[in-house]
Amino acid sequence: MALALIIALPFAGIFIPLLLERFGRSACAFGAGLAPLGALVLLLSQREAVFAGEVTVARYGWLPDLGLDLALRLDGLGFLFALLILGIGLLVILYARYYLSKKDPMGRFFGFFLLFMGSMLGVVLSENLLLMLMFWELTSLSSFLLIGYWNHRADARRGARMALTITGGGGLALLAGILLIGHIVGSFELSTVIASGDQIRAHALYPPALILVLLGVFTKSAQFPFHFWLPQAMAAPTPVSAFLHSATMVKAGVFLLARLYPALADSEWWFYLVSLTGLATLLIGAVMALFQHDLKGLLAYSTISHLGLITLLFGLDSQQAAVAAVFHIINHATFKASLFMAAGIIDHETGTRDMRRINGMWKYMPHTATLAMVASLAMAGVPLLNGFLSKEMFFAETLEQHLLGSFYWTIPVLATVAGAFSVAYSVRFIHDVFFNGEPIDLPKYPPHEPARYMKIPVEVLVLLCLVVGMLPGYTVASLLATAVSATLNGDVPEYSLSIWHGFNLPLLMSFVALAGGVGIYSMRKWLFLWYQGLPNVDSVLVFEQAMRMLADAARRISLLLDNGSLQRYLLLMLVSVLVLVVYALTPLAPLAGPVALTPLDTATLGGMALLAVASLLTVIYHRRRLVSLMMLSVVGLLVSLTFARYSAPDLALTQLSVEVVSIILLILALFFMPERTPVESSSLRVFRDFLVAGGCGVMVALLTFAVLSRPYDSIASFFLENSVSGGGGTNVVNVILVDFRGFDTLGEISVLAIAAIGIYGLLHGLRLPHPTHDYGGRRWSGDSHPMILYVLARALLPMALLVSVFIFLRGHNLPGGGFIAGLITAVALILQYVALGVSWAQARQPLSYHAVCGAGLLIAACTGLGSLLFDHPFLTSAFGHFEIPLIGDIELATAMLFDLGVYLVVVGATLLMLSNIGHVSQEASCKEVL
Amino acid sequence: MEAVLAVTLGVMVTCGVYLILRARVFPVVVGLTLISYAVNLFIFSMGRLATGAPAVIGKSASHVDPLPQALVLTAIVIGFAMTAFVVVLALRGLGELKTDHVDGQEPRE
Repeated sequence: MALALIIALPFAGIFIPLLLERFGRSACAFGAGLAPLGALVLLLSQREAVFAGEVTVARYGWLPDLGLDLALRLDGLGFLFALLILGIGLLVILYARYYLSKKDPMGRFFGFFLLFMGSMLGVVLSENLLLMLMFWELTSLSSFLLIGYWNHRADARRGARMALTITGGGGLALLAGILLIGHIVGSFELSTVIASGDQIRAHALYPPALILVLLGVFTKSAQFPFHFWLPQAMAAPTPVSAFLHSATMVKAGVFLLARLYPALADSEWWFYLVSLTGLATLLIGAVMALFQHDLKGLLAYSTISHLGLITLLFGLDSQQAAVAAVFHIINHATFKASLFMAAGIIDHETGTRDMRRINGMWKYMPHTATLAMVASLAMAGVPLLNGFLSKEMFFAETLEQHLLGSFYWTIPVLATVAGAFSVAYSVRFIHDVFFNGEPIDLPKYPPHEPARYMKIPVEVLVLLCLVVGMLPGYTVASLLATAVSATLNGDVPEYSLSIWHGFNLPLLMSFVALAGGVGIYSMRKWLFLWYQGLPNVDSVLVFEQAMRMLADAARRISLLLDNGSLQRYLLLMLVSVLVLVVYALTPLAPLAGPVALTPLDTATLGGMALLAVASLLTVIYHRRRLVSLMMLSVVGLLVSLTFARYSAPDLALTQLSVEVVSIILLILALFFMPERTPVESSSLRVFRDFLVAGGCGVMVALLTFAVLSRPYDSIASFFLENSVSGGGGTNVVNVILVDFRGFDTLGEISVLAIAAIGIYGLLHGLRLPHPTHDYGGRRWSGDSHPMILYVLARALLPMALLVSVFIFLRGHNLPGGGFIAGLITAVALILQYVALGVSWAQARQPLSYHAVCGAGLLIAACTGLGSLLFDHPFLTSAFGHFEIPLIGDIELATAMLFDLGVYLVVVGATLLMLSNIGHVSQEASCKEVL
Repeated sequence: MEAVLAVTLGVMVTCGVYLILRARVFPVVVGLTLISYAVNLFIFSMGRLATGAPAVIGKSASHVDPLPQALVLTAIVIGFAMTAFVVVLALRGLGELKTDHVDGQEPRE
């Protein structure tokens, strides 16, 4: 519980500074500090268990099927990092209170800050790797918000975007790596993964998994060649840099190195990848730091260099090196955070960060100068300060490795060179800023000491540098020991934290570095000249250019697929379908199967030929739309005859009645549309479309023939056997519709009703011009409704309704049913509209079609629900035989009630669709048909 | 007979696909209708072609598979609803955009 609270408190605390903002800046900062303080107290209350070497795991189920649980873990390493995050975080909150100006929205700053803090705590305290990754991404997002805090500044926005792109991309690689590890180990639990190091290393997927994880680590920890985002991120307010870029965000990468050390280290892959990357980063960072004129730029490159050092130590793959790495993480966090804060104070008081202008600050702010000098000496690795201890361990470890064979000496030599440069930039930081003459043209003059409380965080951290440097055994030893034990999964090697190890090679290297650093600094004039002569590679420009090219390529590709042309989409879709079908049908060696074909007969052959010819005529006359429509109706009629020919009377009846309403619909629509289709496709396009269409046609023909000539196994016998006994009807098709698959039918009539209401909505308020002339310029006839049709329609209506009742009633046992009866009724009613006009029919319309449609759905659904009353599943039907005088034995089934619902929906929906198109062109006085 | 049906279906699909690749709404709707006829026939034929054997118990000695028929029956009705929807959508488009081009704007010369 305490564990979950440590993470949850900062998240919950986000709202406190936002609410307290109106009560002043101190109240806001105080509110922001409450939650981390509570979390810190909780964390410290766990210290006894942690120092005893216990691993606390708290687990709350979340998505166990995905291997994702809210599993948290507190051990030495997590404790150390949580301590750094909360401790330095609290100091930074105090510092930020005085750093931020009155114009900056402080509540938002602390809100983002606490969001970041909570995510960072989540990263270091997760037991489940997927959960850790979630927090990892959350740190990328919240650091984006923090770096871009001054969102009115273009450089802040650019820096934030770059940091997010690089770390977010790394996060994706890490996700892939973790999924691979989970695949290898079979679990995402850290305890299991750490214990399965041998299994992971022996697996064939180890190299890709390692590389992907390292990509995540290197991007987050700003390792070469991904280091360039860190200097750009210096556009953030200095408290953010002090927190994110010294103690937390960039340390998340090396934290992961430490966390997965037992699982992934101890292989050649690990050694070469990690140590060489670390070495390159160490050197490049140290050299580049010397040439920065921006105070924070120097610190940023120095951070890169120190992160490289830590990475190199982990890469050296010995247990003592891991001890040194963890120790340096602590030391770097303390001295670098204090240095960033000091740089922020100087920036705050002088208004600039340019070291060529800031000189001689010793005179103006001696207190701050002393603190900054101690911290930078720790950074340089001067004895009696904490930086010296871990750097000494580092030099010793570089001498211990022998993996590079006869070139083993390169690593210690290069490490010493990097050490010398790090001394040089530290000296520059001290000499250039605090001495070296008088300040030049400062925006704020004269500078003075900052507010008292702004220095307290710096003092605390510098004090830590001193105490750890002089009395390591009494201060940091136990914390280090327990963190190392957790890193190495229990194996703690022999190591010594004492200040004095006698005169040995590492000590000599330290002195060479110190002397060399001072020497390099004294030659700075020539070095700066040399540096200016170098070709200027602006990583920002390179990065932005790469991003622009990527975006352009993406735009080109999507424009290729998504150019707003329906024809293009359809063509692409059809071609892909064609390719898939061809691919699937290729293995079908003999096209014809073993089943004997039915014999040809002349009538059917003629019908089929007519069907094909009518289809072709539809296409050939497609520019003359009315002719094309007439051909289409021929096709529809022949399809209905085909159904009748092959034992499907229900389908034939349905097709016939649907055909009537479809053609009426299309003619109505055609009235408003241009009567002819213009010629606009090029010959090439027509040819291409014809090829695609022909391909589709050939595939359908082949598929049909291949299936029809093969043996057939179906579940038909079930329906045929159970139709009478189970459904109480002999027309199996109808019984399937209203009984066996009644639920499907319910869904289908719902779709029908929805389509009708959609059409009603689309036509609502639509007014189209009433055409007066046809294509040839002839006037449309002004005659209203022809007499013969008028008389016939009125006489036909009762007969047609009678037929539909007949069809409906016999539907359960003979061809017919709700669908067909509904369509026949609809056709009869539509005929009244056609023959007598919309207003005439509307005046005599007894019921709203919406209501008919709704009532139908309601009846069908209630019939289904009714069966629940009798403890049967939804839509179970019941039937029985009744003796009625005069008529005789009659069978009644609840399915008939359901069919009534279907009937009503079909009638209502069809009329809602058709009758409303009629009024589109009419005067406003003609109301919509409801 | 199966081969003849297969060829006929092929012709129908070819005509339908060619029409839905046209640039104006009306031929596209006609093409969709043609394709839905062909698809309905195709699904229906998956229950095999039988003469004089409707799926009505007691009317004939053997019965054709009723399941594809039931599927096609609803497909016909839903197909009509969809055609109607597309047609009305086209009408609405004509009213709003003053063009019956499928992309909602007249092609640039």
